[in-house]
Amino acid sequence: MCGIVGLFLKNPSLRSKLGAHLETMLIGMTERGPDSAGIAVYHRPVAQDRCKLTLFNADTNYPWRELSGDLGVALNAETDITQKGNHALLIAQASDDRVLPWLKAEHPDVRIMGYGHLMEVYKDMGLPAEVAARYGLRHMEGSHAIGHTRMATESAVTTEGSHPFTPAADMCLVHNGSLSNHNNLRKYLRKHGQEFETDNDSEVAARYFAHRLQEGASLKEAMEAGLKDLDGFFTFTMGTKDGFAVVRDGIACKPAVMAENDDWVAMASEFRSLAYLPNVEKAKIWEPAPSTVYTWSLQ
Amino acid sequence: MHEIDLTKTPLREVNQRLQTLPPDTNERVWKLTNLHGEHACAVGLTQPIEVHIDGHIGYYCAGMNQEATVVIHGQCGIGVAENMMSGEVRVKGNASSAAGATAQGGLLVIEGDAGTRCGISMKGVDIVVKGSVGAMSAFMAQSGSLVVCGDAGSSLGDSIYEARLYVQGKVESLGSDCIEKKMTPHHLAKLERLLKSAGIDADPRNFKRYGSARRLYNFHVDNVDSY
Repeated sequence: MCGIVGLFLKNPSLRSKLGAHLETMLIGMTERGPDSAGIAVYHRPVAQDRCKLTLFNADTNYPWRELSGDLGVALNAETDITQKGNHALLIAQASDDRVLPWLKAEHPDVRIMGYGHLMEVYKDMGLPAEVAARYGLRHMEGSHAIGHTRMATESAVTTEGSHPFTPAADMCLVHNGSLSNHNNLRKYLRKHGQEFETDNDSEVAARYFAHRLQEGASLKEAMEAGLKDLDGFFTFTMGTKDGFAVVRDGIACKPAVMAENDDWVAMASEFRSLAYLPNVEKAKIWEPAPSTVYTWSLQ
Repeated sequence: MHEIDLTKTPLREVNQRLQTLPPDTNERVWKLTNLHGEHACAVGLTQPIEVHIDGHIGYYCAGMNQEATVVIHGQCGIGVAENMMSGEVRVKGNASSAAGATAQGGLLVIEGDAGTRCGISMKGVDIVVKGSVGAMSAFMAQSGSLVVCGDAGSSLGDSIYEARLYVQGKVESLGSDCIEKKMTPHHLAKLERLLKSAGIDADPRNFKRYGSARRLYNFHVDNVDSY
């Protein structure tokens, strides 16, 4: 079982409160996922010649500063690193296609939670309130954010299989449900150059959408293609650097509720997570229809 | 009117208080505030009281209702009035999936739209929806009436037994064994009564009636190869 939440701000004046609102939404999903939680926040873009990566190692004494220094020497680039719990936020004056291979070769024990120009991703064990506090979610500003709370019923409580999945730069996906054709799709995607980190079905969905976007599809086109190619139960919420999308399968048995007004659009597994958003009592509230793609983009 | 603020009194306590009111209670009108989408609110009521829910509410609101009138002044989540036996539940906004699921009696009025599977396995309830209903509504419906003033989503009345479905707008598609049926004066009168009791102004003559073709009731020899 799991809970998913997403918030996309249309009104830039609300951006300073993005993290605070997402924290309330995430805590609203505690009963659907008390084991662990994950967040992806589109927050503080770095300059075009830089990239930022959220890294993970379970050891809180991991030598992050040395890693950062070594990377700087190897790529002859300015680097900066900040540790947050068992995560670290690395900013490097280099493109991600130079940083990622170096990290994978030199530090295979470090997991890359997400990368790009603005997305930061934190996934950890504990109650949603504890995870949000550990990474300072409340103080994070930005344009949009997605969260996931997990109640592990079939597998161990670890961060490997936890959401959001981040298959490409500044892209993340959360999934409530299960896919039945993920093995075939994984084979297909491997042939088309996608590399997989887990045997998780949601990762297949994430890389499927990344593949479609890389082929040149718009966010809406990629989601519509997914309705044809992904077989199973799903409520997906996806973030890209400037977009936000929600789609449910044709049966729509995995819960979702949406709310929208002139200032923001929000989705959650249950209304409880939307109940404290500003002016929600006057927002349009509806259940997203089956097999229907909903997308929003920053102007 | 008795008002309860859910930020001060826990929901379980509120439900217990409403469920244990004696038949001769004078406390007949209640208002619940600050619910913030709680689940299973005002469930299992058995007395003819009136409960007003001020704001949006979560899953299974007013489930198993008997005799009481529950009015939701907002939107509601999955399974509103599930297994209602009698009384009335009214949603001023939209309802999520499975509204009135398995309900055996009473009246459920949704003034907005209902999501997928509205009236799934309904067993005698009357449901009147002012807006539209989603896909697979009245799935395996057994008895009662579903009135839809707007449109119905795909597979309306799939595997229906004996419920009566009235739709004013478009039906995206009919489910297995559900067919359009003739609107007789008897059905027009029944529909008029339903619309009137729901307080909805619509002309029964603009509706079409759907129901069971009764082809799935008995074993048919043509299907022998399927077993």
